[in-house]
Amino acid sequence: MRFILDIFTVVLLSAGAFFFLAGTVGLLRFPDTLTRLHALTKADNLGLGLVAIGLLPRTGGLYAAKLIGVWLLVLVASSAVSQLIGRAARRGTLQK
Amino acid sequence: MTIASALYIGLAVLVLALASWTIFAQDDYAAIVGFVTYGLLLSLVWVSLSSHDIALTEAAIGGGVTGVLLLGAGARLRGAREPTGLERPGIARRVSAAALCTLISVGLALTVLILPEPAPTLAPSATANLAATQMGNPVSAVLLAYRALDTLLESAVLPLALIGVWSLASDRFWGGRPGLQYRADREGVLAFLAQLLSPFGVLMGIYMVWIGADHPGGKFQGGTILAAMWILTRMAGITDTPPISRRWLRIVLITGPAVFLAIGLAGFAIPGTFLAYPAGFAKPIILIIEAAMTPSIAATLALLLAGPPERKPNG
Repeated sequence: MRFILDIFTVVLLSAGAFFFLAGTVGLLRFPDTLTRLHALTKADNLGLGLVAIGLLPRTGGLYAAKLIGVWLLVLVASSAVSQLIGRAARRGTLQK
Repeated sequence: MTIASALYIGLAVLVLALASWTIFAQDDYAAIVGFVTYGLLLSLVWVSLSSHDIALTEAAIGGGVTGVLLLGAGARLRGAREPTGLERPGIARRVSAAALCTLISVGLALTVLILPEPAPTLAPSATANLAATQMGNPVSAVLLAYRALDTLLESAVLPLALIGVWSLASDRFWGGRPGLQYRADREGVLAFLAQLLSPFGVLMGIYMVWIGADHPGGKFQGGTILAAMWILTRMAGITDTPPISRRWLRIVLITGPAVFLAIGLAGFAIPGTFLAYPAGFAKPIILIIEAAMTPSIAATLALLLAGPPERKPNG
């Protein structure tokens, strides 16, 4: 059982790290604000979510709930901020 | 070399590189973003040194509050860029500034190198007397029991700084509302975020003050979160800054330092010296100080960020 949980953690953390890496590469390589936002949301939503779920077997009870809470709060904040940046970009008020 | 030490070396290199990038950035907006990121990385450094209290403070105050302050200052400078933009300090002044900075850095580095090994520490006696303070977190015990005078002075600095900011107001707006008015968009994303997030933020701020007695946390970190929630609702147009002439506002601002000072003076009467707590009552007294200080810190930080009054009281 312990072994299976370890495999679970390793696989999910690696997948999360992959999404962070892909998001960062996209942020650096994509041509304009909207596509960069598109890349960044993958790191925030999927990357952090996979890392949080991957760490769940390592903790328990209240700490597990806190981990999930951190993920949900970051989801709310990052999606709202992405919307704001996207709107500013469409209106053309972003500083180049 | 273990994986952990490779990670720490990478972190140190990243912090140094980001610090130099922040100094050499041409655009002030880019420099501020670099500074905020630097603060967040520095809090990771503190975590890796197991100084979780300092890490929290660095992330909240060093990265968060200072970053927002600098962004506001940068935006104001941008408006007034034309007349001052062409002025550049002369070569002599720049060379002497660089020389002075290098001298201070070298002096600090030399001081670190000549520190005795192992460094003198008060940590054993601090933990040995922890039971007398009835606290579980030695950092809080240092801040509020052993070295309470430092914390008292720190809390006295906050109202002074706010008075300094307010004194920049023009006569016309004295007693008015600080900062610009944000356009309210009740259906907007920001209003949604402010309404959804602020209850959690307030809960988290209070939790952080409460947990500070036994775990990393405390009134400064908690107060910063409370201030951030106020700023968020203000930017969404849901709340507005009160006119600075309001009596209740001024009472909130000075209650914390006043209670702290009163408890310090009461120390003369009961245990015998300034800021001494009667034996057995340290924990409740510290809790009273924390509870009184938190609203004052939150209000002061939020008003510091709002800036000097710029609108009439009814504007």
